[in-house]
Amino acid sequence: MSKKVLTTPIKDEDLKDIRIGDIIYLTGTLVTCRDVAHRRLIEEKIPLPVDLKGKAIFHAGPIVRDLGNEEYEIISIGPTTSMRMEKFEKEFIEETGVKLIVGKGGMGKNTEEGCKNHKALHLVFPAGNAVFAATKVEQISEVHWKDLGMPESLWVCEVNEFGPLIVSIDTEGNNIFEENKVEFNKRKEEQYQLISEQVRFIK
Amino acid sequence: MSVIMDKIQQKEKMTDLMSRFVSLVSYKLPDDVENKLKELSEEEDNKLAKIIYKTMFENQKLAYELKRPSCQDTGVLQFFVKCGQNFPLIGQLDSILKDSVYKSTQETPLRHNSVETFDEYNTGTNVGDGSPSIFWEIAEDSDKVEIYTYMAGGGCTLPGVATVLMPGEGYEGVVKFVLDRMTSYGINACPPLLVGVGVGTSVETAAMNSKKALMRPVGSRNENENAAKMEKLLEDGINAIGLGPQGLKGSKSVMGVNVVNTARHPSTIGVAVNTGCWSHRRGKITFDSNLNYEISTHEGVTL
Repeated sequence: MSKKVLTTPIKDEDLKDIRIGDIIYLTGTLVTCRDVAHRRLIEEKIPLPVDLKGKAIFHAGPIVRDLGNEEYEIISIGPTTSMRMEKFEKEFIEETGVKLIVGKGGMGKNTEEGCKNHKALHLVFPAGNAVFAATKVEQISEVHWKDLGMPESLWVCEVNEFGPLIVSIDTEGNNIFEENKVEFNKRKEEQYQLISEQVRFIK
Repeated sequence: MSVIMDKIQQKEKMTDLMSRFVSLVSYKLPDDVENKLKELSEEEDNKLAKIIYKTMFENQKLAYELKRPSCQDTGVLQFFVKCGQNFPLIGQLDSILKDSVYKSTQETPLRHNSVETFDEYNTGTNVGDGSPSIFWEIAEDSDKVEIYTYMAGGGCTLPGVATVLMPGEGYEGVVKFVLDRMTSYGINACPPLLVGVGVGTSVETAAMNSKKALMRPVGSRNENENAAKMEKLLEDGINAIGLGPQGLKGSKSVMGVNVVNTARHPSTIGVAVNTGCWSHRRGKITFDSNLNYEISTHEGVTL
């Protein structure tokens, strides 16, 4: 199987055959964008200082070394829990035209709708692998909103074959985590019945 | 005068050693966790899960070679201290630990993860009011100090959960509370997890027990026969759910389930669950009164 690499700017048709469970890689612009950045754009109505149209965001807060003269080096970078951005993500996709949302774990109904209506994907980068990820970042080209501190600033990263990225929501709004949850919950109920009979220590 | 100087020098020495220990914990997993992850990956037959395990091992190798934090979320440092009443730096230990976090943050570097509440600004130093978290126990007639260092992030262990059940709900209620957490929060908490379960009399005691459970080695068992039985039942049961690495399905879900328990009031069963992520950055260091140290979690490593 050949490696599927998406390059920014990404167009709708680039994503139409990609389905949940597929693995892709990203080359181009990936901007870190998490809790407060989402809140600023959607609730505080403060415009983002970066144009995200056709690009990718990363729910991530990196460790960055300041080299002076506005130069920075990524030490470690990896995803944070995407679900925290769920309440903002549909509007975020609408307003920015972002095409890929990279994070950790699943997202919900709002993001499914956003991905379906505006042809975008939610992807999982295997979390905790932050040095591996950092080696795929070629440079930090810009940084914005430094007032938010190191984890929450918008770090504009140029990446090369960044991945593996596992598709968790596709452009039809299918959601791998929601599908898995049905099965997980069924097995959980079976296990609860089995275990609860054996722990009746209070008699 | 010389005694005072000695104390200052000793304090500097211990701060320096603890700073290097914190850095070590950020880029190298303890032996029990490394071994268990290897075992789980060898048993795995799901294709996607195998790719994720491969990424994990490459990452840990790179982190160790480059001496960089293996996960970007270096958490809020938590220290579990068991300090002998005669350890010479007992009074200085809080400030030594705080200073060591600051020093390690500059040198490793670690992420700035301390946001002052209500004023809502990141201190930019990774230390703040009450941060790092330091939990104390005093040991009688000892001149040593044992320190567990735990570094994990906002997406796994910090959002633990606790409740108080009625005795009528029994340990069956404990099982339900743990299992429900696995298929909701646990999926996103970076499985394969080390699950810490605390049982006690109230939310605070259960919560503390659940965190202490995460300090116990993977594969260890509670000394109480019933508690050990529940550990095994929960471990097998959660594994049967098949969360897999990253919650994307696989043949197992957890590295293990550790239960720590204390007595309860007749009217209550306090229970708490703490989900330790796969990147379980835990280390234990013991200092004697001359500041000679021993690291039991990372064999063959010196600072």
